[in-house]
Amino acid sequence: MSFLRFENIRKSFGNFRAVDDVTLSIEKGQIFSLLGPSGCGKTTLLRMAAGFEQPDSGRIFLDGIDITTLPPEQRKVNTVFQNYALFPHLNVRENIAFGLKMARHGNDFIRSEVDRMLALVDLEEHSDKRISQLSGGQKQRVAIARALVNRPQVLLLDEPLAALDLKLRQRLLVELDAIHDEVGITFLYVTHDQSEAMSISDQIAVMNHGQVQQIGTPHEIYETPLNSFVAAFIGDTNFLTGTVENSLEANTSLARIDDDITIIVENDRPLRTGDPIHLSLRPEKIQLTRSEPPTAPQRNRLTGIIEDTIYYGSHTRYWVRCGSLKLCAEVQHRKFSLEEKAPHWGDTVWIQWQAEDGFLLDSYNAEDESLLTLTEEELIVESP
Amino acid sequence: MKQQELRATLPSLLWLLVFVALPTCLIFYIAIKPATSNGGIGAGWSLDAIKALADPHFPAIIARTLWISFVTTGLCLMIALPVAWTIARANPQWKQRLLLLVVVPFWTNFLIRVFAWKQILHAEGFLATLLKKLHLIDDNTMLLYQPSTVILVSIYSFLPFAILPLYAAAEKFDFSLLDAARDLGASRARAIRQVFLPGIRQGLLTAAIVVFIPMLGSYIIPDLVGGKESEMIGNKIAQRNFNDRNLPQAAALSAALTLVVLLPFALRRRQG
Repeated sequence: MSFLRFENIRKSFGNFRAVDDVTLSIEKGQIFSLLGPSGCGKTTLLRMAAGFEQPDSGRIFLDGIDITTLPPEQRKVNTVFQNYALFPHLNVRENIAFGLKMARHGNDFIRSEVDRMLALVDLEEHSDKRISQLSGGQKQRVAIARALVNRPQVLLLDEPLAALDLKLRQRLLVELDAIHDEVGITFLYVTHDQSEAMSISDQIAVMNHGQVQQIGTPHEIYETPLNSFVAAFIGDTNFLTGTVENSLEANTSLARIDDDITIIVENDRPLRTGDPIHLSLRPEKIQLTRSEPPTAPQRNRLTGIIEDTIYYGSHTRYWVRCGSLKLCAEVQHRKFSLEEKAPHWGDTVWIQWQAEDGFLLDSYNAEDESLLTLTEEELIVESP
Repeated sequence: MKQQELRATLPSLLWLLVFVALPTCLIFYIAIKPATSNGGIGAGWSLDAIKALADPHFPAIIARTLWISFVTTGLCLMIALPVAWTIARANPQWKQRLLLLVVVPFWTNFLIRVFAWKQILHAEGFLATLLKKLHLIDDNTMLLYQPSTVILVSIYSFLPFAILPLYAAAEKFDFSLLDAARDLGASRARAIRQVFLPGIRQGLLTAAIVVFIPMLGSYIIPDLVGGKESEMIGNKIAQRNFNDRNLPQAAALSAALTLVVLLPFALRRRQG
């Protein structure tokens, strides 16, 4: 039984279809993320859960009760806004107490509850400060405390960390996770940042153009993307397009990429000769070596020339040209290697991957290639 | 640094000194001089004008001046608030047009606009005729020369002065705070009372002062559209000046008014 449920939600703004027939079920106590690029409809869904927007059609249920038309003040949900939306005329304590005051609780109760929240978000020393005296991270904490003090059934978080810098974002993410463990409230977390969603969520719904592309655990979303959008939006990948030439075994086929290249593909659904296929192959699944590796069953190997490299410190990415293919391979730096001669731009290298690591996509859209770190056009082509 | 500050503020300081401080002092000075029969100021000192303030008519007139000013200010704010809200929330194109509409009356001379109201409210004027036809008023009801007429025309005259500072404050107000208030359980009305009004507090104060203070000294509107029952202190000052030609008494009344006017400023300073 799902706790928060969106059923066939549709919403348009003028001609723009913001949410297009979305059905989602969120379990109690989960951190559920809505992840997608701006304009994908994730914030509209959250605002509908909060009661700020009404769906054109469809229903929203919270704990079995239809809340679709309930005004915001009557819903047992609270929101952490992207710009915090703290009241500038009230101090930290008064901001956190606002919801309890609206609910007409007694002063003693309010004081003890606010104290409890100040302790939870570690702001006891700042309780009498004005909002303008706080740093971004402190404001964020006040916003979380102000929402949580009302003991909502669901906490809605609208890009809560978007306004903070990277290091602070990572730290607050860990804190948010700890707060979730402590209060055990269901979180609906809206973000465009895939690493944020990956690290905090129990379940992720990846959205694009107002539709849910895939729902799953972070692991499922990353390892088994259903389509090219999910594959390209979450992490980085290589897309391989080809045609099935023949079936090798029950669940392996040979696919032709171009005149010179055929690869072994593991298929979890039946393929027939002549079927077009699209694979997603994560860069870290590709091994790169200078010397020719021995052949092995269920293993693809190609040789090519390095056309581009990007050094990331912990790892390096190499873009290797193999005929019509250009594949990105990621090499981890596991040991100190200043002296070791790394493969260089212009070098001839071998790449190989296990057939099962190329994941067969249900659908492919060439536009999604633009989401990759480096697209074909962006690569700087220089002669060595 | 100090010298730079002085140099920067000197022009406005001189301006205030010559055109505000000096005339105010002059009024207080004249108030304690004797009057002459030909309308001048006599030599020596006299408390006659100050003593004349004890006239039993004055407390009633001052009370009336205060309540007419209060009611006008209150109604102005009540009308100006939703207008300012609407303009602040309008899209940029409409914002320009609506602001223009607020300012457009200033293109016509103030006196002409007051006389226009006399035409509208006249016993045989368009409005009275219409209301009589609709049987909303009987033949004996006078629309003109009532305290309410003074309030009506004053609201009309001062409304733009209330709208503009409120609009400026509402324009800077973050309306997503109202979403936050509703999210935390406030009804629409409570969100406005507890978040919007405190958020535009400065604008409210400015609008109130900008309407209330000129209202206290108002004399043209009560003179033209008001009757005997709506005489304000401004009219008394004008009478002392033009009819009685008693400058010290006019000055004493003005001084009393000035003190009343300075009071809210002193209060505001203490608050700010």
